[in-house]
Formats: sequence, C-alpha cells, structure tokens
Amino acid sequence: MAIGLHKSEFKNPVIRWVDARLPIFTMVQKEYGTFPTPRNFNYFWNFGALALVSLVIMMATGIFLAMNYTAQTGLAFDSVERIMRDVNYGWLLRYAHANGASMFFIVVYIHIFRNLYYGSYKAPRELLFMLGVVIFLLMMATAFMGYVLPWGQMSFWGATVITNLFSAVPLVGESIVTWLWGGFSVDNPTLNRFYSLHYLMPFLILGVVFLHVATLHITGSNNPLGIDPKGPQDTVPFHPYYTAKDSVGLIVYFIVFAVLVFFYPNILGHADNYIPANPLVTPPHIVPEWYFLPFYAILRAVPDKLGGVVLMFGSIAILFVLPWLDTSPVRSMRFRPLARPFFAVWCLGFIVLLYVGGKPAEEPYVTIARVATAYYFLYFLVILPLLGRLERPLPLPESIARPVLRGGGPMPAGAMSKPMEKA
Amino acid sequence: MSAFRSLRALVLGFGLIAGASPALAAGEAISLPDTRFSFDGLFGHFDRASAQRGFQVYKEVCSGCHSMHLLSYRNLRQLGLSEAEVAGIAATVQVMDGPNDEGQMVERPGRASDRFKSPFPNEQAARAANNGAHPPDLSVITKAREGGADYLHALLVGYSDPPPGVQLAEGMYYNKYYAGHQIAMPAPITSDGQVEYHDGTQATVDQMVTDVTQFLTWAAEPELEERKAMGVKVVIFLTILGGLAYAVKRKIWADVH
Repeated sequence: MAIGLHKSEFKNPVIRWVDARLPIFTMVQKEYGTFPTPRNFNYFWNFGALALVSLVIMMATGIFLAMNYTAQTGLAFDSVERIMRDVNYGWLLRYAHANGASMFFIVVYIHIFRNLYYGSYKAPRELLFMLGVVIFLLMMATAFMGYVLPWGQMSFWGATVITNLFSAVPLVGESIVTWLWGGFSVDNPTLNRFYSLHYLMPFLILGVVFLHVATLHITGSNNPLGIDPKGPQDTVPFHPYYTAKDSVGLIVYFIVFAVLVFFYPNILGHADNYIPANPLVTPPHIVPEWYFLPFYAILRAVPDKLGGVVLMFGSIAILFVLPWLDTSPVRSMRFRPLARPFFAVWCLGFIVLLYVGGKPAEEPYVTIARVATAYYFLYFLVILPLLGRLERPLPLPESIARPVLRGGGPMPAGAMSKPMEKA
Repeated sequence: MSAFRSLRALVLGFGLIAGASPALAAGEAISLPDTRFSFDGLFGHFDRASAQRGFQVYKEVCSGCHSMHLLSYRNLRQLGLSEAEVAGIAATVQVMDGPNDEGQMVERPGRASDRFKSPFPNEQAARAANNGAHPPDLSVITKAREGGADYLHALLVGYSDPPPGVQLAEGMYYNKYYAGHQIAMPAPITSDGQVEYHDGTQATVDQMVTDVTQFLTWAAEPELEERKAMGVKVVIFLTILGGLAYAVKRKIWADVH
C-alpha cells in the first residue's frame, strides 16, 4: 500500500479527517457494512456473533465483580456472598457472570455443531476453524479457573481433581502439580494465581477472537449449502441484512439468559458450592460444571489415569486435524446422505457423554461412557476418512441464488436478472 | 430436510439435558415432597409475617447451635421490623469490640450493623459442644442443599424412630430425608407450642417448620423478590423488542426472499 493519507469517502469532515489518518471507519464499513455475505444463512449463523456478545458480557460483569472480590482462602467465600447482599445489584452481576459462562458454552457448542454439520472447517477455512478450537480451549481454562474463585466445596475439589490430572504425566507429573498449586495442595497460592489468570485469559481470548474474525473476513463465511458464492447475486451486504437477522437471534439469546438469571439462577450450578471449601470433607460426588461433563466422561471412561488424560485432551486436539481427516470435498451434510446419520449418532453420543459425565462412576454409566467415547473417536478417525471415499454425495446446486429445487419448480424471481460475475 | 430437523431437535434436547444434569448429578435418591411456598414461581414473594415468626423460631430454637454469620441485624428491616425493634434485638447480645484508646478489648451491646452473633467462637468449640458434629452455618443453607426450601422443610419434619433392622450410631438420629438417614442433629422442633408466637398464630410443628423455612430462604436469597420482579419486566420488554426486531428483519429481507 502506498504511503500517504487514506482517500476517505466519508463526507463528514471530522470522520473524514480521522479516516484519512486511521481508516477505521472505512474498515468497519468494508467489514461490517458492505461485506458480501451469502444470502442463505439460517439462524445457526447467529451464534458466532452471540459468542462475541457472551465474551463481552463476561468481561464487563467480571471487571465489576473483581472490584468487590477478595482472593484469599479465608475471605473469598464470604466476599462473594457480600457481593450478593451488600453490593448494589451485586446479585445481578454475579448471577449474570455465573450463568453467562453457561450461556457462552451453550452458544459455542451450537456454533461448533453448526460448523461440523455444514463442513465449515474444510478448505479454505481450516485455520479459521483451528483458531476457533484454540478459543474453545482458552474458554475451558478460563471457566475452570473462574469456578474455583468462590472457594466453595466444588471449587476446591474440582480444582484438586483437575490439577491432579497432570500428575499422570510420567516422571515429572508430581512436580508439575506442585508447581501448578504453588504448594503441596490446592491452597491460597493456587487461588491467587487462578484469580490472576482468570482475569488475564479473557483478553487472550479476545485476541484470538480478533484473529478468528480476521481470518473469516479473508475467506468469507460458509453457508448452509456449503458452496462458494459465485457473484453478487449470491450475497447480500452484511448490513442491514445480517445486522437485522443477528438482532433477532440476540434478543432470543437475551430472553433465555434472563430466564436463567432472574428465575433459575442456580439451576446450572451445584448446591455444594454454597458450602465453604473444606479440605477435610470430600463431597460425595465431585462433578465439574455441566459444560465439562462430556470430557469428564471421556476421562473416566479409561481405567488408566494417563490414558484417560490423553484421551480427554485428545478429544479436543483431534479437532485440529479434522479438516484433513474429513476427505469429502462436499461441505454441507445436506448433500451427504451417508455422513448425516453417522453425524447424528455422534451428536447423540456427545449428549450421552454429557449425561453420564454427571453420573457416579459406576455401572451402567461406565460402559455407556466407554461405548460413547469409542464412537467419538471412531467417527473422526475411521468413519469420516472412509466416508469421503465411499459416499456418493447428492448433486450440488449450481449456485446459492439458484438452489436445486425439489420437483424442478420455477426459478426464484430476479435470480437471473442480475449480471453474473466471476467469484 | 427431515434429518436436518431431527438434528435441530437434538440440539434442543442437548440444552434440556444440560439443564437437568447437575440436579441429577448430585444423586439424591430420596424424593422430596413438593411443598408450596409463597416465594415459589415467577411472581414469588416472601410472607413477611411468616418470616418474622421464622426468625423467632431461629432465635429460640436454632441459634443455640447454628450461626448465621453472613447476616447483620440491620437486614431484619427488610422483613418489616422497625428500626427500634431491630436495635432492640441487636442489643440483646454482647459483642466484643475494640481495641479502645487504652488498647483494651471491650464488650458492648450489639448494634444493628453487627453480624448475627455466632453461638460458638470457632468450629472446634462447636464440635466439642455437639458430640463432635459441626452445626453448619445457616446463612445460605437453602442454596447449599439440593432441593432447597423443600429439602429443609422435609428434613425438619422427617424425624422418626428408625425402621426395624436399622442400627443407629451413638448420638445419631433417624431422618427419612437425610442422606444416609443418620443425622447428628436431634429433632429441633418437636411439639406444638414450642415457640410462643406473639401474633396469635397457632404454633403447630408444621407452622413453625414452615415459618423457619421461610425465614432461612429469605436469609439465603434476600434479593429473591427484587430479582423475580425485575425478571418479569425484563422478559416482557425483551419479548416486545424481539417482536419488533423480527418485524424489522422481515421488512428488510422482503426484497431478497
């Protein structure tokens, strides 16, 4: 790009002056105003924006909670209850933050589901997808550390169980755990560093989200048909079309969020976490937050500790190579009649893992968890690679504006009236 | 696309199971009777007369062993007690304060701003006085037990003689609703008229249990009324806004579809 002031197209003199020196208005106009977006998104394409909104809500509420929270083992629990009682609208801040985490995970799980169903991870969006997996991992770490801060029984014992996983590392495992704890058990140093990291990591997430979105704006979005837009007749400008559509989804999101916060604020939590942490009393069932349950189930499905840890991390790590495991050139499962039932079973298996992860480690749950875990990996490592070779996909539509119409119906009006351009 | 629709149903089901699992996770096999309370439901509110009586039950029955260290006497104003009444209640306890100008700790009568005075100075003292058991703090007890107010109510009326064949450990009592059925707390509310209510309400066992449950639920969630009232307004507002947003979306998209 040539050196010199940007040639701004804005009329307002102040905006023009700034834009010439820092073309931020031009950028926003290009990336969120006129940005050509496939015209056929369904509401599943709301969830990326919703995830960003969730992140912003978590950071905003979190900053105010941090002003009133005390990260000290003897004071943490009471300081959280003081927020609930004596801080103006402290109960709203805390319940919004606690349930906001659940909302964030619900949104991200649907976002990932949409990605897998419509094959959004495939070329050219592999890096976009991998950055998304990085965000998911960072989210999990952040949520885990956040749950430790109220210093209830589940905080303490959850932290103990999860940090102990690292003791499965051969030779240096015990040293790693001591290093993580900053001592010989989960204690004040652990709480302090978790608090510090819990405050830091959302900013890392924000950074990776920026990269995620930047990558998205290079490749453009996938769409329910999984075919590339071929010209302007296949796209609409992001604004006002998708700003309007995202607004609808956003309000539905807020309604669900409000019902949780105002009417069922503790339904997704554990009663045990309202009991102050006590290293001498172990709760009968140590269960992580619901969004970790599928991975917790995989961990417990393996009788060997190291094996369980490897599979648990592997269940997410495998996503990094998913774009190359799936050999089918067809993105959307709408046109993959064989892949669709296998994927439906995979989704069911994930839900089953979520369910058994919250159950005690006894029969029949252990066997169910093993079967579901086996299928989880089988789907990625065997079924998807084979399907790409064995499956005969349905014929793909010629373009987004002219989808294959069942029964050969008439073409949508105006689809051909606009000039075709090369993509 | 019917397969696609079934996938959508899967996603919905996923959300439902996600919501239900923690409750299932805690694995309380004993089913609780569902007691109706004034604070249940979308428009729930506290029955202030009942909660005031419940405070009396707490003061006369529970507070001998159970602390409520997260509450201050001033919080009782929210139950409709006057400033003078709260000051009077606070003044019945002696609180250690100081050090004063001479560096001495002094005892003084409690003030409205003081926290509820705990019956024992520390956990060890509580255990020593209670056969080794530690009576839990009751500040957030309904939030800290699966089943909340229903559980508390059931527990307080759930005492009976052990069924034949059940051998209780020494100093333990049988309770239908307690996990493992052996509880270290003797039945606290046992006979009608155990507490003498000032407002003329018949102090039956069930009445006292209901009142103290009302009081302890308020203590655990003093924001409940404000929270639910705000929730109703927020959801109504969002529903209308959602309708408008959908209408706008339809209008904007009209030329594309």
